[in-house]
Amino acid sequence: MTGVGHPFGVDNHADARAAARAWISVTQPGLLATVQDLGRPGRASQGIARSGALDRGALRIANRLLGNAEGAAGVEITMGGFSAVLVGAGSGDSPGRGAGGMWVAVTGAQGDVTIDGRAVGTNRAVLWPFGARLDVGMAAHGVRFYLGVRGGIDAPVIAGSRATDVMAGLGLAPLTTGDALPLEGACIAPVPANDLAPWGVAHDRIDIELWPGPRADWFAPTALETLFGALWLATSESNRVGMRLAGPELARTRAGELPSEGMVVGAVQVPPSGAPTVLLADGPVTGGYPVIAVVAEASLDRLAQARPGQRIAFRHASP
Amino acid sequence: MRLLPMGERAILMEVQRLAQVLALRERLEVSRPPGVTDVVPAARTVLVQIDPAVLSLAQARAWIEGADAGAAGAAPRHAAAHERPARAARTHHIDVSYDGPDLDALAEATGLTRAALIDRHAAARWIVAFTGFAPGFGYLVSDDWPFDIARRVSPRTAVPAGAVGFAAEFCGVYPRETPGGWQLVGTTTATLFDPQAAEPALLAPGDTVRFRVAT
Repeated sequence: MTGVGHPFGVDNHADARAAARAWISVTQPGLLATVQDLGRPGRASQGIARSGALDRGALRIANRLLGNAEGAAGVEITMGGFSAVLVGAGSGDSPGRGAGGMWVAVTGAQGDVTIDGRAVGTNRAVLWPFGARLDVGMAAHGVRFYLGVRGGIDAPVIAGSRATDVMAGLGLAPLTTGDALPLEGACIAPVPANDLAPWGVAHDRIDIELWPGPRADWFAPTALETLFGALWLATSESNRVGMRLAGPELARTRAGELPSEGMVVGAVQVPPSGAPTVLLADGPVTGGYPVIAVVAEASLDRLAQARPGQRIAFRHASP
Repeated sequence: MRLLPMGERAILMEVQRLAQVLALRERLEVSRPPGVTDVVPAARTVLVQIDPAVLSLAQARAWIEGADAGAAGAAPRHAAAHERPARAARTHHIDVSYDGPDLDALAEATGLTRAALIDRHAAARWIVAFTGFAPGFGYLVSDDWPFDIARRVSPRTAVPAGAVGFAAEFCGVYPRETPGGWQLVGTTTATLFDPQAAEPALLAPGDTVRFRVAT
């Protein structure tokens, strides 16, 4: 199986052997870095959130660039400022083959990515030599980078996923300096010959599609007009649990809370303050604030890349 | 029953009473078609989540209305390869050391002696109505438990893992140490949430729980 479809002659078995002896040593985690895959869907009835990458499309692209299964685990890096060294038995080997390092790809947000100070770019597969340092700089566009590694990161599997759920405390704790991330080395295909994914810079204003929510009748008739007519701002009060938005008040006609009811990722909850919060992947599986609308699945990745202060316009989703 | 929209992949059903939630959840689970990814009961609602590539919202709506009407002709279950089948209801026996700090307050609230309170709790057949609060936490109800218990005026900053408590009509067991305002009757060494297990949460909606006096 040597050199299947790849100009560099990548050997799957050599990759797996290299991974078994290799790990990523985190030297600087940045604001928040967690291991994420596609999460734990279908377990809300047991109180377990979906979790997983907030920008699932970006994680999938990283994995596709590397010949991984789409759901292989990578590192979700929030706002950048992440550094790590690849440690392995092959340290000191000349790079060029899989055994001299590991193939990696950084996707999602845009910023400077370097290996030993050399710019390597994003949205492409690059070889990270053993002993070399990889730096993900501060995000110039977007919020969340994904560091994919050929074969994926071998974090413990909990309820079918390696994802870190920061609210429930499932999975590896957020990464800290000195953490060693073992690599799995199980690939489904060679590193594709086409090792570059097209990308573009996000617009200053992002459009997010909304579907109807269950509790629109808790609001004044004008609230829906306000929701779709106003420009909203993403705020710094945002994390993997939810994103608070700033804008005009969505006037409620009923006070108090509902008996807790099932929530979904993307639910737009409105607490008594009137400032909407969009629930994200680690959000609670049940909640008592009325949901006025629900973000379309296809818009969730874009929302996850909204920076504090970025303008958001809501649009009616259509089938 | 009222059907309410919840985005493109879910429908929320609202009923008047918790007993209707339990009955509706049961009818949905026994007739659950492929493409239903989760059935999430709560205090007055059941949320059905679907994979629209397998089951459309219109098909889900028709299934829910049929199940609500008790239609016998609901679709038989075929587990698709990509979805986790609903798990059959189980019975759990949980041993409790009845040494909780709120025993006296509970005796006063229920009008029972300490001994009678413990007997009543251990004799009751409890059903997991829904989950929430933390992974592995089940809200248990019982036809044999008519009491409505007020939460503590001031929540504890740390309730130990395994603490068994009451609030309103519910009984629950804390899966791990968290802050909490429930009135505590005792503790168990049972593991409510085991991250290493294939199914980490011990309790699922519809399960039966029997408490026993630990010896």
